[in-house]
Amino acid sequence: MNEEAPNEEAKETEEVTEDEEAEEKSPEEQTVDLPTERRVGVFVCHCGSNIGGVVDVPSVAEYARTLPGVVYAEDNLYTCADDGLKAIQNGIKEHNLNRVVVASCTPRTHAPLFQSTCEEAGLNKYLFTFVNIREHCSWVHMKEPEKATEKARELVRMGVARVKLLEPFEELKNPVEPKALVIGGGVSGMNAAKSIANQGFPVYLVEREDKLGGFVRLLNNLYLGGGDTMETIQPLIDDVASNENIEVLLSSEVKNVDGYVGDFDVTIDVNGEDKNVKVGSVIVATGALEYIPDGLFGYGMYDNVVTLTEFEIMCRVKKLPPKVRSIAFIQCVGSRGQKVSYCSRICCNVATKNALNIVENYNEMLGKLEDVESVPVELHAPEEVMQRRRRRRRRPDGAPRSAEERRIAHQVEVYVFNRTMTTYGVEHELYYNRARESGVRFVRYRYERPPTVTREGDQLIVTYYHETLKVERKLAVDMVVLSTPLVPQEDAKDISQMLKVPLGPSGFFLEAHVKLRPVDFATDGIFICGTAKGPADITESVLQGLATASRAGSLMKKGYVQAEVLTPQIDVDRCIGCGICESVCPYKAIVVKRGDKGLKAEVIPAACKGCGTCGASCPMKAITMSNYTDEQLTIEGISSLREVPV
Amino acid sequence: MPENVLVIGGGVAGIQASLDLAERGTLVHLVERTPSLGGRMAQLDKTFPTNDCSICILAPKMAECYGHPNINVMTYSEVQEVTGSAGNFTVVVLKKSRYVDESICTGCGKCSEKCPKKVPNEFEMGLDVRKAIYRPFPQAVPPTHTIDRENCIYFDTGKCKACEKFCEAGAVNFEMEDQLLEIEVGAIIVATGYDVWDPTEAAEYGYGKYPNIYTSLEFERLMNASGPTKGHIQRRSDEKEPKTVAFIQCVGARNAQVGHPYCCSVCCMYSTKESMLMKEHGDIKCTIFYKDLRAFGKGFYEYVERAKTDYDVEYVNSDATVEGETESGNLIVAYDVEGKRATKEFETVVLATCLIPREDAPELAKILGIDTDVYHFFDVADRILKPLDTKVDGIFVAGYCQSPVDIPEAVAQGSGAAARASETAGEKPKAAEAVKEAIT
Repeated sequence: MNEEAPNEEAKETEEVTEDEEAEEKSPEEQTVDLPTERRVGVFVCHCGSNIGGVVDVPSVAEYARTLPGVVYAEDNLYTCADDGLKAIQNGIKEHNLNRVVVASCTPRTHAPLFQSTCEEAGLNKYLFTFVNIREHCSWVHMKEPEKATEKARELVRMGVARVKLLEPFEELKNPVEPKALVIGGGVSGMNAAKSIANQGFPVYLVEREDKLGGFVRLLNNLYLGGGDTMETIQPLIDDVASNENIEVLLSSEVKNVDGYVGDFDVTIDVNGEDKNVKVGSVIVATGALEYIPDGLFGYGMYDNVVTLTEFEIMCRVKKLPPKVRSIAFIQCVGSRGQKVSYCSRICCNVATKNALNIVENYNEMLGKLEDVESVPVELHAPEEVMQRRRRRRRRPDGAPRSAEERRIAHQVEVYVFNRTMTTYGVEHELYYNRARESGVRFVRYRYERPPTVTREGDQLIVTYYHETLKVERKLAVDMVVLSTPLVPQEDAKDISQMLKVPLGPSGFFLEAHVKLRPVDFATDGIFICGTAKGPADITESVLQGLATASRAGSLMKKGYVQAEVLTPQIDVDRCIGCGICESVCPYKAIVVKRGDKGLKAEVIPAACKGCGTCGASCPMKAITMSNYTDEQLTIEGISSLREVPV
Repeated sequence: MPENVLVIGGGVAGIQASLDLAERGTLVHLVERTPSLGGRMAQLDKTFPTNDCSICILAPKMAECYGHPNINVMTYSEVQEVTGSAGNFTVVVLKKSRYVDESICTGCGKCSEKCPKKVPNEFEMGLDVRKAIYRPFPQAVPPTHTIDRENCIYFDTGKCKACEKFCEAGAVNFEMEDQLLEIEVGAIIVATGYDVWDPTEAAEYGYGKYPNIYTSLEFERLMNASGPTKGHIQRRSDEKEPKTVAFIQCVGARNAQVGHPYCCSVCCMYSTKESMLMKEHGDIKCTIFYKDLRAFGKGFYEYVERAKTDYDVEYVNSDATVEGETESGNLIVAYDVEGKRATKEFETVVLATCLIPREDAPELAKILGIDTDVYHFFDVADRILKPLDTKVDGIFVAGYCQSPVDIPEAVAQGSGAAARASETAGEKPKAAEAVKEAIT
């Protein structure tokens, strides 16, 4: 291998000559002729007591000093704190370091920080190596401090061996096309598009249906006392439709996305015709579906058993079945371990809203009382329970209420069977309280013993186990509403494959980091918002849409991205054009093309993420990963067993 | 129009807003009241549902903020006055004197070592002491020290100056004065976070009376490897490791009598997390007393299931109170079993205490001209369509200060508010719009 490869050559993707001699040497002989002196600095972090509480950190630093090539080593309480970073920079300046090793936590969170610290002190950031002695030593071997310390020493030895062979690279900046693609015209997608457009960037908003709005179009109202949903969101739709920066593409689907951050080539099927556009960022706002509970709780068997969304639709179009005076909501139908593992977050809130809506507006929603002939009766209730009820129904003067009075008092009966009420936050919790005060009855059931729904004559019978009274009870109701979870879109998988972004275990899109990067994908330039990521209410979908608008907007306003530098180098003489690399590359960053020398692999550096899959799979060893060469990895491996003199 | 934005609050929501804005070239003034960025997230031990170390994932973002050429980090500072309107706010910031020159201090810590005055450590929720000259926590950003004037012996008696004598860098300066800075910004993002309600008010939990009862945030510090006990779980009364811990949920929350009928949204999950992690600290059996178990975020329900099956955490669906203390310092927890009252002894009790808006939220609202709701959460213009806008154009909110949220939601809101602020900064001046409207 050629040491200190000139930068120009590193940038090129072909024509790195293989040193045949080095190839032939046995690993033991593979020590090194280094044209320039290696001056390695090692910084070993205590991470407070995270590492220092187990690993003898000063002794690791002391050991590092004895390693060939190491001219400076120290231990820091927190290498990532400002004084630790200063120590690295001072080390580089004062000891003229040309390679740096930090032994601390995980490169996933901290590598960029240390790399930029090196860079600020004038050291190329690719001459830095990270050694993880927290996850790999102190955390996993906390009961064996001596062995953990020994392992930390070995890992540092490997890091030092590796860092000495690393080569500097210069980064390339790629421009970002200042346009965005938003896939999905629901509330989150519309908000993303609107905000990006208002930031001054053109947006293509692609919606499969022939109108904007998405899932919420189905709903009756968005919050208690709120007017018709469409009235609520119409201003948003109008804003989006009239925004001169937004090109709304209805009845359209994204057929293909090629390229990479800053430079995506998108093919959109617009009413059967292909439209090609170039964008710098992509926002996935494809939403979710309601789970259809076929076969559960009488759904599909009895007409008046409907899902929560179906109920909303019926309310919106004012077509509730006649004579409905009693409704039972059943929560967690299909969710939380039944058909899907997760809690769908919003159903308790939505059911509570609807329950309250009914008791507070029953005349309007269910028709006038005069039209009602039947009131719900309870069947087979134990005598004990009936006594309690009779007591409760007595007037202050002690006389029991008549059936007529009872009917007026109750007007309508609403039950919510739940495993736990998840009305989180301020607003929903207050509605839950108000619902209880208004006479909505919340009945707890356990996963092991859910209610059942059957039919007797005109009535639906909910049979449930009363957890407090320890009795089985039957309740006759006119309608049963099943709260089913949001589930991923049927084509979520296709979209995930098209964009090369992952789905999580439940089939929703998986964000880059569940805590700190909630709307980013791990792939740069692609973002995720709304229910495509997981169940969310409207407010949450709106603000996630805004969040993606910020992320994408920042990217486009900045105007450039740093391209991956550690890309594969292809030896065209060895390459036989077999295409294995192309087939395994997860980023479409390597293609086989016919040229002067026949079929040969070619790298698209800007699309490459430097994962190395191509290099590992090449049967001809024609692909070398920059800074992960066979030589570098071999020396590192050997160093795990013994010191390698340099 | 100045393309500058003021962010009030240096917690995770404010940090995210600042970074997003700075990345796009907007100049951000980030004002934080305490001596360090980080906010509440910096105090947490781990985060649910991945059990990531909280400060470990936050510290790089704090450092990035501080080092970013487009972010002017003003810690130990407060917003005093705001005038003007969207696109043209004038803000007066009080930059309190820390009596240590931030640019010279190396953070070596010798000053605090030598300082003779000990005061309760706020960062450790009072479980530990700090000195009158201090760095709030090791990863504090900026890493500099601060003299807390109220507790400094020199400011009290005119004598001492031990810190000054021992500061090799010569960074201590008792003559330093508070500064009033005037800055011009186009938009303002408010992300002031939360306080913890003091459960002493509610006698039925025995907090403050019995030593082995902790609030959740105290317990987070007790669990933390850099905390007052270096992560060893030990009781206040006898420093013994408890074998049984009871977590009582909704303390002062979902409780209209104490004025907080709302749900804090995060407590079921952090109590689950704390219970799970107890297994890493020792052979500790945890029991959670809850009203409704709210595990509604991505992967949360599965996390709770894992706590039950893999970590032996017991969940009891009941209100609970602390009835008394035994001679050995254990607590008697009273709860309901199928409608009947029962009691059980626990060696330690942790209260999932209500998280409330900052005490001075109404005051800040007044300065900004925005509204709060009855609980002092900042009001938003339209919960559905403008969830991060306040009634004042150009002023946005993010994070727990506007309603209960967890970390990822706070982060998303930080980004979202940054987007809204960017729209404002890019908006044509109001007057032009008004003219256009008048014509059409």
